[in-house]
Amino acid sequence: MTAPSIKAAPTRRNWFRRITAALGAENIGLLLALVGVLVLFGSLSPRFLSMATFDSVAFQLPELGLLTLAMLMPVISGGINLSVTFTANLCGLTLAWVLQANGGPDASVFAFIVGSILALGVGTTAGLVMGPVIAYTGAHPILVSLSMMIFLRGLGEFLTRGADISGFPEFIQPLGHGSLWGFPVPLLILLVAVALWHVLMTRTRLGFANYMVGSNIEAARYSGIPTRRTIVLIYALSGTMCAVAGIIMMARFNSVRVGHGESYVLITVLACFLGGVNPFGGFGRVVSVFLALIILQLLSSGLNLLGASQHLATALWGFLLIGVMVLRWCAARLHFLRITRD
Amino acid sequence: MIMAMQPAEPVPVLSLDTVSVTFGGVRALHNVSFEVLPGEVQCLAGENGSGKSTLIKVITGVYQPLAGARIAYAGRPVETVSPAAARAAGIEVIWQDLALFPEMTVAENIGIRAVLGGLPRRVNHRAMRGAAQTLLARLGADFDVDAPLRSFAIAQRQLVAIARALAGDAKVIFMDEPTSSLTQSETDRLLEIVRTLSAQGIAIVFVSHRLAEVLDISSRVTVLRDGKLVGVYSTEGMTQSHLTELMTGKTFDQSVRARDLPGAPAVLEVAGLSREDDYQDVSLTIRRGETVGLTGLLGAGRTELALSIFGMLRPDRGTIKLDGAVLDLRSNRDAIRAGIGYLSEDRLSLGLIQPQSIADNTVMPVLDRILTRGLISSRKKQLLVARWIEELAIKLGQPTDAISTLSGGNQQRVAIAKWLAVGLKLIILDSPTVGVDVGARAGIFEIVEKLAAEGLAILLISDEVPEVYFNADSVLHMAGGRIIAQYDPRTISLHDLEAAVYA
Amino acid sequence: MPSLRIPRLLRSHSTETWLVIILLSICLVLSLVSDQFFTLANLFNLLNTSSTNLIFAVGLLVVLIAGGIDISFAVAASVVQYVVAIALMHIGGGNWVIGLSVAAVAGIGLGAVNAALIHYFRIISIVVTIATFNVYFGLLMFFTRGVSIYNLPEWWTHRMVLFEYQQANGSWAELTLPVAVMAVCVLATWLLIRHSTTGRQLYAFGDNPEGARRLGINIAAMQFIAFGWLGLMAGIAGLVQVHYAQEVVPNALIGRELDVLAAVVLGGARLGGGRGTVLGCILGVLLVSVTQNGLNLLGISPYAFKMIIGAVILLAITLSNAPLAKIIAGLRQRSRA
Repeated sequence: MTAPSIKAAPTRRNWFRRITAALGAENIGLLLALVGVLVLFGSLSPRFLSMATFDSVAFQLPELGLLTLAMLMPVISGGINLSVTFTANLCGLTLAWVLQANGGPDASVFAFIVGSILALGVGTTAGLVMGPVIAYTGAHPILVSLSMMIFLRGLGEFLTRGADISGFPEFIQPLGHGSLWGFPVPLLILLVAVALWHVLMTRTRLGFANYMVGSNIEAARYSGIPTRRTIVLIYALSGTMCAVAGIIMMARFNSVRVGHGESYVLITVLACFLGGVNPFGGFGRVVSVFLALIILQLLSSGLNLLGASQHLATALWGFLLIGVMVLRWCAARLHFLRITRD
Repeated sequence: MIMAMQPAEPVPVLSLDTVSVTFGGVRALHNVSFEVLPGEVQCLAGENGSGKSTLIKVITGVYQPLAGARIAYAGRPVETVSPAAARAAGIEVIWQDLALFPEMTVAENIGIRAVLGGLPRRVNHRAMRGAAQTLLARLGADFDVDAPLRSFAIAQRQLVAIARALAGDAKVIFMDEPTSSLTQSETDRLLEIVRTLSAQGIAIVFVSHRLAEVLDISSRVTVLRDGKLVGVYSTEGMTQSHLTELMTGKTFDQSVRARDLPGAPAVLEVAGLSREDDYQDVSLTIRRGETVGLTGLLGAGRTELALSIFGMLRPDRGTIKLDGAVLDLRSNRDAIRAGIGYLSEDRLSLGLIQPQSIADNTVMPVLDRILTRGLISSRKKQLLVARWIEELAIKLGQPTDAISTLSGGNQQRVAIAKWLAVGLKLIILDSPTVGVDVGARAGIFEIVEKLAAEGLAILLISDEVPEVYFNADSVLHMAGGRIIAQYDPRTISLHDLEAAVYA
Repeated sequence: MPSLRIPRLLRSHSTETWLVIILLSICLVLSLVSDQFFTLANLFNLLNTSSTNLIFAVGLLVVLIAGGIDISFAVAASVVQYVVAIALMHIGGGNWVIGLSVAAVAGIGLGAVNAALIHYFRIISIVVTIATFNVYFGLLMFFTRGVSIYNLPEWWTHRMVLFEYQQANGSWAELTLPVAVMAVCVLATWLLIRHSTTGRQLYAFGDNPEGARRLGINIAAMQFIAFGWLGLMAGIAGLVQVHYAQEVVPNALIGRELDVLAAVVLGGARLGGGRGTVLGCILGVLLVSVTQNGLNLLGISPYAFKMIIGAVILLAITLSNAPLAKIIAGLRQRSRA
């Protein structure tokens, strides 16, 4: 084996390399897919490229988006959090009860703030139960979060007896439906969360440690990374983000029901993989995952506009993931062939 | 068929002649000849990349040699070699990782051959157990064949691997680095078994780049270098130093670097350190700018001692002082904070995070240094990485490339750089040249010398005696968990030191 | 620390032993506090209701042993239900031989899709099966428009009692057809993984894929056998579930995949492959359903079932990964620090 020498790349490819470096090779494919979806639906329906589509995407994206952010960091750490949706449900319930206990539709802003803080606490606690089990016993994250999911679902159903809880004060409406400077409030919240997560993952010690832990936890420990603390914090933060999603979902639907958004669990995993997150952990970027989310939501909204069922979109999401994984395999194969030829 | 009338010459169980292999224009093997006689014990020696594993893969039919190669099993020429044909001829390989199945029972591991291939059929569990017991008994081993393999230590697993090879009616067994993770007594036991098998007419070929332990048992050693045959030598009177010269093609005209350090203050003082089953009553002192070599065979407790000083294994008794202050190390983060770094012997899985970037690996232990208002500053990170790349002359493409794109020597430089960035007082180098080419080794030791000159205290652990002999100021010999002797390289010859360690 | 001496059989089958002990103690408590628990009717009922999950479970067990995971099998079973219902209505009802054959072919086919994607494109099983979960479910709902089918062939919905016994209080204890089908599936899986050479190869492949490859085990065959077997079991379980529910509902089985996964892993199968037994699998499923059954008999709110079961599984996973001895040792070390 010899060390790769530093050679000036042919100028013909320099611009290409610079663009891929700036955007990340992963994102170029996603941007192409995004343009593809826009062109496809734009040509199929003149109404597609309109404010209506934008609104539909902007209001629907946040729930899925926030839950995907909650899923993202555990996946990068080499784990998974299958309990995201039910954690969100339970956090929504917490807030709903605080509001109901304080007069339902007449509840004060103060009650809302207290309720929200409690909801964030509940979400974080769910993560704080899973994190140590995963970090200290070495139990598989799929199992730990799966049993947590079953537990939370049971707990929620037990507490609500499967009923909807509704009747909230007027002032929470804008959280789900309002607009600020022409931008839907839920979308703004999602953008803030995305920015926060981006900074957390690229600029903080925790984010850095998370990537290292995801690649090789033992080597990270030997290098002085507090691996267990990292895992505990990652799952706690995942729970906190679930709480944000739960609050937004409550405002969007004006009700809380356990089981709401249940089908999102696997979609959030799908969005992560589509966004180039390594299924074995260690690699993945918030921006790419955000792009993947937009593509998924555009597909769904576009089909909706064409009058096709939501379920066709679900199937397409699955096909899209398979297609992207197969293309990645082809690219890796080509790369390998080129290296062995050199 | 004409019978060869040479009764004095035994027919080789395996012989290869003029074997060449190319990969994409690069010759991996060039006109190599190799033969194994029935029941002999042979060494196949060579550096990493010398063509040892390529040769084994030709013999087992994984790679096809270029036209002109002559291969014969038990005197019968073979047209094309295939894995099945090799196995049918009784050629077995025990890989370094053993390729066993930890979740399955011992009996299932030994009897795996019987369940391969063909149409699905019934497994005879009783026959499988019986056969496993018989085979293990032949090796003088007696353990529970119904227990899962994962409940056994490496040495016992190796016996299982040998038994599995015997189940295939082996005539020749290749053993790839068999002693690399065995303790001395386990190695002795293995060698005893090899003698038994050899007496039963089964030839054994040790494939290794570290042959001290097996030199005395084998009768011949075949040396490869750069894909070419250097020669076949009798092991009579062969020393490890001579063998190393043959393998590397370089004569070691190194001079002893040991110096006196009058008045240098002690950096590390270990007193009466003990840990059950690992090491007992260890005391040692390393002074500023001093390099202390620690040698001894595997299982002597070297790595455990190093991990204790690095805060990853808690000692039962004794004290560790750094710059005169007693350390209470709860984790390696405490040790790093105090100024202790540890270069793992397992660079691939513990020393560096292979898929991550060179830059990220470098800054891993020093994240605190590259923060601006609590956030990681990419500018500070770049500066820090650039500085160490230059300081240690690391050859790389981009700092954002994965570690795995680097050669062994350059990876080791990154592994050292990551600790130097911490601003250390003491660095523990555990087998720093494992998997590093000979040329690059000299470079690593130049860095070690420079660091010592800058005042770093260095604990250099190696089981290659010449490494510590030439590069340390004093050499500690560890055996059975105790430091049994201390030598000054200036007053003992390399030969005597080797004799003492491998005695 | 004093070392605990554990008999050999218990050591090599420690998960199963623990499950038996826990299961027996739960049964003991339940038969003491509820006079209905330890009756033939209740035990038969337990078997009747557990049949579908057990068939799924032994199928999933094979995939887990081979080192994979499958999220899509329950949805695949729903697809098979529709395929069988539609195909048979086309030919005017058919009989159980045709029904079973169609279900087997469709099930194995859907499993083979997963195996092909995993093997030929080197995509890990969780990614593949999450994708196929969405594809199967989306297409099923799209083409059926979520409509249920109630008009089913006679052979499929006709309740068949294999064994009945009138109890002292006059009620009937009945063992129905699903139990027999389940028994056949469990037995077949046991023969496959425990007593056939193929089964040994599956364990070896799941345990150490690289080692298996070097020994010359056919990797592609392993993937197709594992996922094909699960597909087959899913198809059969789909038929059984329809027999039990008397209707075909497109989303009846959704969510079942994770419950079954939890039960199988509770039974000692290991994510990552190489470990798991049919006995453990049965015990895992039974533990969940006995707990459910007991809570029901004790008059505890049905809404509390899942919560308690989730907590039990979480506790079991924590303890099985960190045996008490290890936790105590860890505490000891800390206190010494």
